[in-house]
Amino acid sequence: MWNYTEKVKDHFLHPRNVGEIENPDAVGIIGNIVCGDALKITLKVDKKTHKIIDAKFQTFGCASAIASSSVLTELLKGKTIEEAQEISNQDIADYLGGLPEEKMHCSVMGREALEEAIKNYKGEIQPIELQEKIVCKCFNVSEEKIRKVAQENHLTTVEEITNFTKAGGACGSCLGEIEAILKDVWSIKEPIKIETSSPKKLTNLQKIALIQDILEREIRPRLQADGGDIELIDIEGNKVIVGFRAMCVSCPMGGITLKSIEDKLREVVGEEIMVVEE
Amino acid sequence: MNTLYFDNNATTQVAQEVLDSMLPYFRDYYGNPSSMHTFGGQVYRRIEEAREQVALLIGAEPDEIIFTSCGTESDNTAIMSAIETNPPKKHIITTKVEHPAVLNFCKNLGRKGYRVTYLPVDNKGRLEIESFLRAIDDDLAIVSIMYANNETGVIFPIEKIGHILKERKVVFHTDAVQIVGKLPVNVKDLPVDMLTLSGHKIHAPKGIGALYVRKGTRFYPYIIGGHQENGRRAGTENVAFIIGLGKACEIAAKSIQKEINFVKKLRDKLEKGLLNNCPDASINGDRENRLPNTSNISFAFVEGEAVLLRLNEYGICASSGSACTSGSLEPSHVLRAMGVRNTAIHGSVRFSLSRYNQEEEVNKVIEVMPGIIKDLRLISPFGRERLMGKRCST
Repeated sequence: MWNYTEKVKDHFLHPRNVGEIENPDAVGIIGNIVCGDALKITLKVDKKTHKIIDAKFQTFGCASAIASSSVLTELLKGKTIEEAQEISNQDIADYLGGLPEEKMHCSVMGREALEEAIKNYKGEIQPIELQEKIVCKCFNVSEEKIRKVAQENHLTTVEEITNFTKAGGACGSCLGEIEAILKDVWSIKEPIKIETSSPKKLTNLQKIALIQDILEREIRPRLQADGGDIELIDIEGNKVIVGFRAMCVSCPMGGITLKSIEDKLREVVGEEIMVVEE
Repeated sequence: MNTLYFDNNATTQVAQEVLDSMLPYFRDYYGNPSSMHTFGGQVYRRIEEAREQVALLIGAEPDEIIFTSCGTESDNTAIMSAIETNPPKKHIITTKVEHPAVLNFCKNLGRKGYRVTYLPVDNKGRLEIESFLRAIDDDLAIVSIMYANNETGVIFPIEKIGHILKERKVVFHTDAVQIVGKLPVNVKDLPVDMLTLSGHKIHAPKGIGALYVRKGTRFYPYIIGGHQENGRRAGTENVAFIIGLGKACEIAAKSIQKEINFVKKLRDKLEKGLLNNCPDASINGDRENRLPNTSNISFAFVEGEAVLLRLNEYGICASSGSACTSGSLEPSHVLRAMGVRNTAIHGSVRFSLSRYNQEEEVNKVIEVMPGIIKDLRLISPFGRERLMGKRCST
């Protein structure tokens, strides 16, 4: 059972401003039904004063997602667009008397929907989340979002990032990447680079043995855990040729799987490795 | 506020008779069953009686029962024993929908060089026998397949699988935690080598379980130490809890048929009431072949945690496969393995009944649920168009 404050319970059981404004002056949509939470806010804005006259929301999500949305609309009413821009996810969480760490992403979602709505109000082109570099494929979290949330909330650990954005919360294959992003965010000069340094050059035999070992010990057990499998067909120079087996054959995520295998091999064997399907 | 408890697959209320049977063993008969004196020895005899009671419920011989601390320990012990006694064999077959006690244990072994096959299920949660047959090989150390699924209640063809494995002399373990006490289980007719059961699912307290190990099965203990449980499970016996488990099994054995009819009737009424009164609701799992007490229903366009907390306002206890309720951000692995659409997984609610449920409680759920679903759908940006045409009746 989550430890929700009375305020969260109140806004969950009696959400304010539920619905959709007809002919809104601003719309902000974030999330999708697959992730398990989605939020749509619609605003009515006085065009002269840029003051938000009315705000309504619709949310698909858990108690804290509904409460965060409800609070956001309350915070927005009466503020100018400029003032609204200053509302952070922490403001939403604070208003609720705090949220469980694992649920901070609900407040982040509120802040994001607000940003979308403001951009929409200003007539800027809506950014398409999918065009950004997606780090966490399970929850569709972009690198930009991770950087932003990390900076805004002074997050320094991967675990905190997961609590705030969900990134890395499911399959975990992006945890290394998140760590690299965090390093980059918090160290001023060091450029973002996943550690690849292999000081001495491997012989062909060593390379083949290493690739086999990684596939056997790390990659295959992981795929097998999901009913899939992979077979090493051949190694031609730096080209690793593999064949999908079992559930992997029909899996629509094949491309991602291939890429993650390549990432792993590049990380350990060398940057020049290329993984292709037979 | 009254508690309306519909979460019996999570845990059950301890039966009064069970509690009564246990209390003297805290207060009065606190001797160590291993002691030489009569004071301890009398406790030993009571443990052996409890062993007989547990054995009787599943048609076993008393010396085929090992008391453990819980279902998880029994599961871990069974798998580890098969591996320890079959050192060259490196292949394990289980399913994608096991309880974490088996699933995560196997995943861990997978990281230690064992090859694990996770059998898929179809969209009704049924095991695909063909994929099981294909997975069998000479390297097989153990097959561990649950008897009934905790989330959907779907029952697996353990007898059929057992016969196939018996011919090949492969160790077969089943996690029967959810089925024991809910439907008749008889190991005399069931070709399994090991079977797990747990106390707190059958009105005994948490912290006590048992592992059935068929006579002649090679066994290696998981917890090493003293000679308790015939050297098969070390550690001073959890006397009162063992006696409680024995009592719970005795009650279950006596009343099982009556309870099946009672619980099934209530479950069916609940299910029918919810499906009739809430649009876009559907049952997860094979309706023909599942536990009589379990109902897993998906309400599209709403999120499970929100539903549970609204139910909570009425004192109604249920559970959900939604990501938000898991603590891991991951939606139910069982419903995912079944290929249930994400929208439906997030809105899944499991009701699981017991002998202590009453018809009025079922009526109450049927009364309040349509309003909760309707209300949350009005908040939700999804499925509103459909709601307009086909309203939940309140």
